[in-house]
Amino acid sequence: MIGLEQLLILSAILFIIGVAGFITRRNVIIMFMSVELMLNAANVALVGFAYHFARMDAQLIALFVMALAAAEVAVGLAIIVTVFRNRETVNVDDLNILKW
Amino acid sequence: MEPLAQNYQLLRWIVLAPLAGSAAIALFGSRLPRRLIGPLACGAVGVSFVIGVAGFVKLKALYSQGGQEDAFLADTLYRWISVGGLTADAAFVLDRLSAVMVLVVSGVSFVIHVYSIGYMAHDKSNWRYFSYLNLFVFFMLLLVSADNIGLMFVGWEGVGLCSYLLIGFWFEDREKATAGKKAFILNRIGDFGFLLAIILIFTQLGTLDFYGIAEQAPRVLEPGSVLATAIALLLFMGATGKSAQIPLYVWLPDAMAGPTPVSALIHAATMVTAGVYMIVRLNVLYLLAPFAMGVVAIVGVLTAIYAASIGLVQNDIKKVLAYSTISQLGYMFLAVGVGAFSAGIFHLMTHAFFKALLFLGAGCVIHAMRGDQDIRNMGGLREKLPVSYWTFLIATLTIAGFPPLSGFFSKDDILWQAFSQGHWLLWFVAFAAAGLTGFYMFRLLFLTFWGTCRAEEKVRSKIHESPLVMTLPLVILAVLSVVGGIVGIPEALGGSNDFHHWLAPMLANENGTLPVEPGRHFPHWVEYLLIVLSVAVALCGVFTAWWFYIRKPETARNLAERMPISYQLLSNKYYIDEIYHIFIVQPIRLISTYILWKIFDVGVIDGLVNLTGRSVRGLGRVAARLQTGYAQAYAVTFILGVALVLGALLW
Repeated sequence: MIGLEQLLILSAILFIIGVAGFITRRNVIIMFMSVELMLNAANVALVGFAYHFARMDAQLIALFVMALAAAEVAVGLAIIVTVFRNRETVNVDDLNILKW
Repeated sequence: MEPLAQNYQLLRWIVLAPLAGSAAIALFGSRLPRRLIGPLACGAVGVSFVIGVAGFVKLKALYSQGGQEDAFLADTLYRWISVGGLTADAAFVLDRLSAVMVLVVSGVSFVIHVYSIGYMAHDKSNWRYFSYLNLFVFFMLLLVSADNIGLMFVGWEGVGLCSYLLIGFWFEDREKATAGKKAFILNRIGDFGFLLAIILIFTQLGTLDFYGIAEQAPRVLEPGSVLATAIALLLFMGATGKSAQIPLYVWLPDAMAGPTPVSALIHAATMVTAGVYMIVRLNVLYLLAPFAMGVVAIVGVLTAIYAASIGLVQNDIKKVLAYSTISQLGYMFLAVGVGAFSAGIFHLMTHAFFKALLFLGAGCVIHAMRGDQDIRNMGGLREKLPVSYWTFLIATLTIAGFPPLSGFFSKDDILWQAFSQGHWLLWFVAFAAAGLTGFYMFRLLFLTFWGTCRAEEKVRSKIHESPLVMTLPLVILAVLSVVGGIVGIPEALGGSNDFHHWLAPMLANENGTLPVEPGRHFPHWVEYLLIVLSVAVALCGVFTAWWFYIRKPETARNLAERMPISYQLLSNKYYIDEIYHIFIVQPIRLISTYILWKIFDVGVIDGLVNLTGRSVRGLGRVAARLQTGYAQAYAVTFILGVALVLGALLW
């Protein structure tokens, strides 16, 4: 029987994978995917709570997160495309001029 | 027993009317027609005088209806200061002493305002002049009618400010602007002592109110104690600045750079007497400090003879009068120093009349001479300026002390008091100064009005008497100089010395608060003898002046050539200005330049400011290293932060 506990473990595993991916990979697109992974880890936790406590509001938040992720993808991918056109690279180590 | 205070609402307008006049002229003066400004200023002062007279009449009625002897009129505007135990009201009193002062100040001011209409008629910024002059009257009346020493200090500083503004009235002339600064700075030195005295009075007596001080001082302060002496001496330091006594007198001769009516009003009749008024007002404190009284008397008498000796050889008509003023102020301080407070105020009053008259007369002469002030270029003005001559003659006779003019009674009162209190040395010095006074005043009169005219032809042909608006004030002051002494005719001459009896209830040594042993009693013939002596010495001075400058005009030059050292010493005013310059001004300037400026200001002050700037910049450089530009570095920081916060929440 899959209960709340298992769902939360799954969520945590997904989240940690996302964090690890975000800070170790240098490709912006991979980092981007890692962010999506973290968002979805949160969604799993939310839906799990909604199921367990039989409440609708957590599900509603999960829907919001999805909408937000979609919007983020739209803007984020557009930025990445623009950066690639200008710099011919998507390696974050080369994208470091935004500083003092 | 509480002194009886009667509320009298009109009192505030004595002080506020000139303030309103000053403000109106300052704000709208440049747009008002010129002819209106003078009368407006006169009107404002006139209001003060009329209310002053009304208050005086009311005060007299109060006494004659059997009121207490120390009853007074009071008017409180509002609570001015209330901090901890310190309270002071913006309140005015009209008592026996301030009534005299208010009448003298507003009366003489009014006459001089009228004179100024004529004197300043052609000045392009006469509205500025009248605004300052009204402001001065406001501060002076505030000074004399304030009910506490704090408010008095406001007036004290205010008159100093107006003095500065009016000495430097023609500020385009650098020398005149400098004279104004000199007066201001020397007064600041004195005011420093005054302020310390106020603080001491408050901490020791717990009150700033004059009546509170008079009540508390005998209870709290031990007679002759160090504390009482310190307070009295610090107050006297303020008085030496404002009233031009040794060692702070040097600003007054330079103050003659201002317009002549200003010299008459501020630097002869009113402001410079503020120190005398202050000592009389706080006579309780002085009577508790006999040593300070001695200092006051000695400084006074030294100033009297010292300034008179300089006056002997000055050639600028206003400078002679300036040194004469310093000398006469010395007499007043001698009087208060020997405990004859009423004699001091009496001389203050008569001096206000005759010295204002002398200055205004000098103003007419300068006017006629097209601005020339050198008496060596004058002479023979008697026929051309008859009104100026006759009034000047009356004033000269008055200051020299010829009976029955007012100056005779007031000066003799001082001499007699000094003598009868047993200060024979002080009496003798003052007596000698009286002889010098007779000489230098008549020297001035002879050189200016007698003999033949030594002016250049183009000036001589245009000499004419001043208009009525200037001569009328001369006549008024001349009448006052003649009859002003009536109020103080001593008992020995068949009078009743009303002036003394009027002030006596205000004086701690007369009203029984601090009784002093009466001086030795002398028979009347001693007093007569002294009177004869002092008239004789004045006559001697007059005769010598006549011999030197009319009979044998070459005598003075011969004498000067035979005694070159003393002549040089006198005509260079004992080199006091030069000595001050070398021993005080120069060291201060050197210290300021090479230590305070070059080292302290540039090194420490500027250094601290620069240090602040540099350290912030250095810190910024270090902190900027945190911003690497690598997105993942930020992410790691972020994650670590979250981990920290979570950790803190969970454990």
